[in-house]
Amino acid sequence: MKMDMNVIKHHLTDALLMGYSAGTLPEAFNLVVATHISLCDECRAQMHTFDALGGEVMEMSEIAALSPDSLMVTLALIRQDSADAVPICKPAPSNGIFPAPLRDYAGGDLDAVKWRKIGGGVSQAILKTDKGASARLLRIPAGTAVPGHGHRGTELTLVLQGAFYDEADRFGKGDIEVANEDMVHTPIAEEGMDCICLAATDAPLRFSALIPRIAQPFLRI
Amino acid sequence: MNRTFCICGDPISDQPRKSDMFTAFETPTFADAPAFRLPYGRTTKARADFYGGAKLAKAEHPDRTLWVAHLEAIRDKRDEKAFADIFQHFAPRVKGFLMKSGASAELAEECTQDVMATLWRKAHLFDPTRASVSTWIFTIARNRKIDLLRKQRRPEPEDLTWGPEAAPDQTDVLTLQQDTKRLGEALAALPEKQRSLIERAYFGDLTHSEIAGETGLPLGTIKSRIRLALDRLRHTMK
Repeated sequence: MKMDMNVIKHHLTDALLMGYSAGTLPEAFNLVVATHISLCDECRAQMHTFDALGGEVMEMSEIAALSPDSLMVTLALIRQDSADAVPICKPAPSNGIFPAPLRDYAGGDLDAVKWRKIGGGVSQAILKTDKGASARLLRIPAGTAVPGHGHRGTELTLVLQGAFYDEADRFGKGDIEVANEDMVHTPIAEEGMDCICLAATDAPLRFSALIPRIAQPFLRI
Repeated sequence: MNRTFCICGDPISDQPRKSDMFTAFETPTFADAPAFRLPYGRTTKARADFYGGAKLAKAEHPDRTLWVAHLEAIRDKRDEKAFADIFQHFAPRVKGFLMKSGASAELAEECTQDVMATLWRKAHLFDPTRASVSTWIFTIARNRKIDLLRKQRRPEPEDLTWGPEAAPDQTDVLTLQQDTKRLGEALAALPEKQRSLIERAYFGDLTHSEIAGETGLPLGTIKSRIRLALDRLRHTMK
């Protein structure tokens, strides 16, 4: 994916990156996180950092006794492999608008998307993910406003083409806006080019957050 | 290309051989393999006691770089002895992690064997400028956990390491291994309640909206190191 890494101004939060690393995010959020990281070395480095923390958690956690033949069974597995090893080919990076993880879900690049109009000139395409959150592609014609809306849960919006601005700031290619229920905004697509976004929200299935009181002093919730 | 790693010599071989953790664990194929046991404990003190104060300073961070050398031996020489050593240290931890994450002992055992076999198969993908061996094994175990326990696909970021790969910069490797070790020590030194919250996040006991991301740990150092390594990688790919 060729793009200027310096233009990205709005990044993932540490909470999202930690959840991605721990493997506890809903699939739709994982998709947005993986797509943003494909475009952003800053967040890629932070992802590796939270992976390192996960490694240390695993390193320190209680060990479990293995079955007595565990190593022998695993060695048998890998010896069997070596006999019919296949060279692994890595997929080449994409030259289109969508980074590789998004192409997997969209069934191709931008030209493969089957848009449905949802009013006001705005179109969307729902991407199939597991329950817990939903993901969609949005196309907002240049200069068009999306009607103001609030959020019941967390909403992630990643810009893939063009730009939009709202009460908070301008969001260009690669930028991600993380909106929560406090936020009411009216995004407007910038003139010049249709704005294409990947958005995910967990609103329909939002569970009440049970943050332990004890966590608050040092987690700054 | 010689990628053998020997920055810190072999400070462990003169330690008394101990394998008490695996007395029930017969590995006849490797009866003559050096059966050392590394002092990964719950506390930094345990590690310091093992090496002895002066020795620790002299043989700086032997454990992490040793694992890197083991992984390179697996990659370059398909070294089963190196694999057995990595297995004996990490497999019980992977199994413990999976059980803490909600897997039954039986499922965790099978999954652990699978994770360790994946390490063998994918050894050529390990990048020691971006991960220590514990980090890398964690990511393999995490992905298996999502597959098996959550029955989900996990979208992965587009890979950077395509095309002809440059040999890793050895200074990058060493500093990242050291930083990761320090992170482990900082985690061990956290107050119990705070550490337990981080553990719960990684074991999957917290939902994404309950995770705060604020850890009080020195994560910035590691991030800037990896950032530099990524910049170098992008530069060599141009």
